[in-house]
Amino acid sequence: MADAGAHQSSRSRDLDKLLLRPGHLVGPAFEPGTELRDDIQEYARILVVGAGGLGCELLKDLALSGFRNLEVIDMDRIEVSNLNRQFLFRLEDVGKPKAEVAAKRVMERVSGVNIVPHFCRIEDKLDEFYSDFMIIVLGLDSIEARSYINEVACSFLEYDSNGNPREETMKPMVDGGTEGFKGHARVILPGITPCFQCTIWLFPPQVKYPLCTLAETPRTAPHCIEYAHLIKWDEVHSGKTFDPDNPQHMQWVYSEALKRAALFSIPGVTYTLTQGVVKNIIPAIASTNAIISAACALETLKIASGCSKTLSNYLTYNGVEGLHTKVTEFVRDKECLMCGPGIFMELETSDTLKMLMDKLGDEPQLLMSGVSVKHGGKTLYMQAPPELEAMTRSNLSISLFKLMEESPKGILHVTGTAGKPGKRQSCSTKLRVAFKGVAGIKDTDMAGGA
Amino acid sequence: MAEPKAEPKPEPKTKYDRQLRIWGEQGQSALEKASICLLNCGPTGSETLKNLVLGGIGSITVVDGSKVENGDLGNNFMVSESNLGQPKAKCVCAFLQELNDAVKAKFIEEHPVTLIDTNPSFFSQFTVVIATQLVEASMVKLDRICRDANVMLIFARSYGLSGFVRISVKEHTVIESKPDHFLDDLRLNNPWPELKKFTESIDLDTSDPVAHKHTPYILILVKMANDWAKAHNGKLPSTREEKREFKELIKAKTIAPDEDNYKEAIEASFKVFAPQGISSSNLKRILDDPCSEVDSCSSDFWVMVAALKEFIANEGGGEAPLEGSIPDMTSSTEIYINLQKLYQAKAEADFIIVGQRVRDILKKIGRDPLSISNDLIKSFCKNARKLTVCRYKSIEEEFNSPILPEMQKYLSDEEYSVAVGFYILLRAVDRFSANYNAFPGQFDGAMDEEISRLKTTAVSLLTDLGCNGSPLPEDLINEMCRYGAAELHAVAAYIGGVASQEVIKLITRQFVPMSGTFIFNGIDHKSQLLSL
Repeated sequence: MADAGAHQSSRSRDLDKLLLRPGHLVGPAFEPGTELRDDIQEYARILVVGAGGLGCELLKDLALSGFRNLEVIDMDRIEVSNLNRQFLFRLEDVGKPKAEVAAKRVMERVSGVNIVPHFCRIEDKLDEFYSDFMIIVLGLDSIEARSYINEVACSFLEYDSNGNPREETMKPMVDGGTEGFKGHARVILPGITPCFQCTIWLFPPQVKYPLCTLAETPRTAPHCIEYAHLIKWDEVHSGKTFDPDNPQHMQWVYSEALKRAALFSIPGVTYTLTQGVVKNIIPAIASTNAIISAACALETLKIASGCSKTLSNYLTYNGVEGLHTKVTEFVRDKECLMCGPGIFMELETSDTLKMLMDKLGDEPQLLMSGVSVKHGGKTLYMQAPPELEAMTRSNLSISLFKLMEESPKGILHVTGTAGKPGKRQSCSTKLRVAFKGVAGIKDTDMAGGA
Repeated sequence: MAEPKAEPKPEPKTKYDRQLRIWGEQGQSALEKASICLLNCGPTGSETLKNLVLGGIGSITVVDGSKVENGDLGNNFMVSESNLGQPKAKCVCAFLQELNDAVKAKFIEEHPVTLIDTNPSFFSQFTVVIATQLVEASMVKLDRICRDANVMLIFARSYGLSGFVRISVKEHTVIESKPDHFLDDLRLNNPWPELKKFTESIDLDTSDPVAHKHTPYILILVKMANDWAKAHNGKLPSTREEKREFKELIKAKTIAPDEDNYKEAIEASFKVFAPQGISSSNLKRILDDPCSEVDSCSSDFWVMVAALKEFIANEGGGEAPLEGSIPDMTSSTEIYINLQKLYQAKAEADFIIVGQRVRDILKKIGRDPLSISNDLIKSFCKNARKLTVCRYKSIEEEFNSPILPEMQKYLSDEEYSVAVGFYILLRAVDRFSANYNAFPGQFDGAMDEEISRLKTTAVSLLTDLGCNGSPLPEDLINEMCRYGAAELHAVAAYIGGVASQEVIKLITRQFVPMSGTFIFNGIDHKSQLLSL
């Protein structure tokens, strides 16, 4: 290996090769040069959602990929069982907020990087918080959290009069997930590549045992555990909620499960299994998190810089039997209520918010009930929590035209439960409304509709 | 940095809980006994080791002769500004030690290439050697050393948006391959006498509706297969028409629409149609392997294979030892538990026979008949259908005489074109650097000249390999020069992650390590495994 010039190497020695030199296999907007490198350092703001196994890796990877403005959001505190993979945490950190410790550790080691931690729930932040970032990177382990961020990111998306997504409103997401030796990484460009909702079927349904099996014909150790957890607990502790993080509660479930197993001569109930079943623990190791996070960080760098092609659009990694990687190009669901152009509705200026909500129930595409409505960053009506419901109830009788500041048209975000009976699920969609008889509406505004 | 801590440590079990659920106490204990040597601690090597240290690997030895410079601060998390000018091995080692004080960490400040040339016996003390960022000549030498010393070896390299991981071990045998999806071993098409007898004790046509809907599908299918065979000269359904008819017969037994057990029976009926005996081609290959003719030098694995072979030919009547577990299925508790016991008893009986055969063979080849533990034999029997053997060609052989038809196939297959292009170019850059003392594009300027030199080098490499007239995409050659041997952190973290995952599989002897050479394609992630 040549050693010449080694002493004068710059910190961005390696990254510069990628960002400063032209190439042929690059993104369409790639403009190599020091300006690109400096812009990424100065202006690209990236949000990392989750400071766990993937989040720790992501923060490190992004900090060493030329990004200097990072924020991280996580509501969890550090636990001992995190330490086999969440390498930014030490034993003495147990109990501290993950986001704060992770941010501090990376800043200590990579000078020039600024990481703002947010120790809170993702729902605690306003939509404006999320709209501020260039790219949102997700290191999560639940479908619910992914769906939430997806909904927020897709709500920023606007379509032009030709029905094409407007690039400046597109909030790219990069998502990773792992389980044991397996994982996935994906790039979501709302309006172009499928969002979570478009491919919601990718998530396997959770294992649920029929209650009659638990109660009448238990056969396996998990049956005994779930009996103790779901049936016996409520029988014995009337009104007291089971807390999976309370070791005494867990111990109680374990000993009840043991009794039940003994009664039916069912082998295999252990404390470890009890925890696994009750908390639905997903096994996790450092190496898989490293692989998936690295893929996500690399894609984030590519989206921000155009320095190479991007993953299109879903990578799976499986190291169980040999090594298998696969890239699948999923396609958008054109009918997707989340990332599509939404539903168009024409209203009278006198129509009240309540009347709109009733119309949503009749709209054959939606059949939506339990509706909550937002306009811009403002909540017009919210079903829950009760305090918010009470605060917004008075809007119900006000005309929507007025609530939307008398603009001839606009976009609302509505959430609720939708679908045909038997297939109803929570749903969120954009509603493009226009008011009849108000100047300023041209035919083209209605093109590209639902 | 790490101060001795006063407070009692939490159970290591809790700390490793999420991985113990994958590889169990045995896997963990194998990791804790393993000693690892890392060659070169740039980001690729450091990240590989980080993932192993977190998991509680026994000991690590970091070998690197360089000092920390500015460029390292931009791609390696294990070094920081205060380390500038210090030995890199020392700094990386100190950071890794901070991650897990249960790991014995030490470093040697020496260039790996020097060590390979001057002190080959150094490597024999390790369980696994992880060699990162080595050029071709050193890879070949190290591979020879490790093969002679029976030390497992894995190569990892990051290069711009490309890279590779390659395992080099003469033979790696796996008992617990733990595949995700594997057909259960129920013997519905070939029940042993006790299962038949138990089936006869159950009345499928019971008038009690509760009993009827709680008869497990195992019993339904064994009974109905038996009835079918009686009516068809001892044969089970084999044609499409017969299979359809068999399913109709099951359906006709249903007396209420909510009988899940009958639905399960229809879904599982293909298990009745499956041929008897060993069906896995993988296992057949192992049984036919010359290593199954054992002598005093044979490993425990092959001694057990020899015993397995005898069992199949004799007591097994063509079948491997029964696995002994059944999946959950609709059933009354009592029948299910009894069935479970029945399967376990048969598995135990098979294990005892195999165990005796193992001891006989050991005696015959002049080894202590008790030198293979019963636990191991039991695990072997339980996993008999899933045994896996991996063999890796020597690096020298692959480099000098790769399998040409495979190479030609990759070169002409669009799915593989980038991966095989990277494979050739990753070798070409080493030749390039041997000739010009630097990698193409390593320093700024004269890019066009470097590109044409790399192209010439790649063409001559292809010619040497016997692949004349297979041009590489120009864009890829350009791309390789653009990379200029950069070790990007994200790529290094990916490659390091892959390497550490493979090391874990090698050490725990669980799951199946990758075969061939993994070529990372960071352009569009269409990475490939090449078997050359």
